[in-house]
Amino acid sequence: MAKVLLIAEHDGESLNPSTAKCVACAADIAAADIDVAVFAESAASIAAEAASLESVSRVICSENAAYRGGLAAVLAPQIVALAGDYDYVLGPSTTFGKDLVPRVAALLGVNQISDIMSVEGERTFKRPIYAGNAVVTVEAPAGVPLVATIRTASYRPVGTGNSAPVETLEMSADVPDHTRFIASETGKSDRPDLQSAARVVAGGRGQTGRIIAPDLYIAIGISGAIQHLTGIKDAGTIVAINKDEEAPIFEVADIGLVGDLFNVVPELTDAVD
Amino acid sequence: MEKILVGLKRVVDYNVRVRVKGDGSGVETEGVKMSINPFDEIALEEALRIKERGEATEIVLVSIGGGEAQQQLRTGLAMGADRAILVETAEMPDPLSCARALLEIVNRENPELVIVGKQAIDNDNAQTGPMLAALWGRPQATFASKLEFSGNSVRVTREVDAGLDVIEVDLPAVITADLRLNEPRYVKLPDIMKAKKKPLDQVPLADLSIADSPVIAETVFEPPAARERGIMVDDVAGLVGALKDKGLL
Repeated sequence: MAKVLLIAEHDGESLNPSTAKCVACAADIAAADIDVAVFAESAASIAAEAASLESVSRVICSENAAYRGGLAAVLAPQIVALAGDYDYVLGPSTTFGKDLVPRVAALLGVNQISDIMSVEGERTFKRPIYAGNAVVTVEAPAGVPLVATIRTASYRPVGTGNSAPVETLEMSADVPDHTRFIASETGKSDRPDLQSAARVVAGGRGQTGRIIAPDLYIAIGISGAIQHLTGIKDAGTIVAINKDEEAPIFEVADIGLVGDLFNVVPELTDAVD
Repeated sequence: MEKILVGLKRVVDYNVRVRVKGDGSGVETEGVKMSINPFDEIALEEALRIKERGEATEIVLVSIGGGEAQQQLRTGLAMGADRAILVETAEMPDPLSCARALLEIVNRENPELVIVGKQAIDNDNAQTGPMLAALWGRPQATFASKLEFSGNSVRVTREVDAGLDVIEVDLPAVITADLRLNEPRYVKLPDIMKAKKKPLDQVPLADLSIADSPVIAETVFEPPAARERGIMVDDVAGLVGALKDKGLL
């Protein structure tokens, strides 16, 4: 049996959809026994959500005020304290997981596989490099914990309906005081969560190093630097509007329109309203 | 603060369309343009601004790689860094080994702040910064888009998926730079000349005697699955029609 510890992502109130996608990836590992760990100030409702996910064996939750904001410096030692019982330690390749999981890997003295896009074997996976311009098959060594992040755009969330047992755990590692969570401006920001947005309209500087997979992506006046093109390849439908008919963005677009955005966008908003 | 250490990685330029070698043994890097990893360039720009505000005295660059990485370090010196260290190795080490090597440099230099890019655009691992912070036992602030120093700590605005988070970390700390932290300056010709005289030390990786890491093997490289060719529409009416056909409007 392959024992998997998956770190749940949440906003303090509810589970982030990335967790259900990570469970789908973990379930592709042969004979996976998947435990989901919830670290939260108040974990009950988040843990209940995690327990409802198909393929989850057990939910482990730990409550502490220090978990507010999901700081890597606080969470990593707690995860390391748990990791001895597991063959795999997994998290989402979201900003939460990208911040936390490498810190865990380094404390465990192992390398990490970033952005798993498919499971090819017990310790063999595929992952994108060069912003998705190439895919590499990687093999993790045996005999050490396999620590990885999962590219959520590559997976559909597992269903719900499960009722896995929930266990509460006392915190075992020290909480550092050198890192303090001040505030989350997520609620106040008018910038949406691009990872979970169904429709994204983009303009301006195109290189973010982020990979998103909305149902509809409209690129307006973005010629399409290599980095940008590959970050959006998983979108359901890509629309490109650009005045340069040679713009690389048209190579990946499902629907292309050559035109000046200052004419096209007002026309388009009128047509949609 | 006395010193800021900035990590620079030599990578294939972001404008190069990378191709996988026919035999699947890697990606083609022969004869392609190489540059400073763009996120590392942003890291350096931020360090320069901190120094220009009078909040730091010295900026030291560090890179890990072959002798050719001196080019990128010289560019960084031309941007305004004071001196550079090249940890020399023919083979690019794995991220944990890079973090261990950087820790050795950190222990020699004792910087109050380390700034690196949030990820390198070649392997896209996004590991080195947090790994260094972990090994150093110090705070990390990843995906930084704004830094405000106050006494012995720095308040960092972080670009997270859901918006922005603000955290405060005590120095010394590791910060990883995101795209919106700043727009790096262009290098001026006289600065390129001046940079040739700035110190650039070479330290063989073997001399740092770092521990062996369990390495993740990269076995087969392949191009990504191609998307089907799309359609071109003539006008907004055509676009609206095509979106309706797909059930998106």
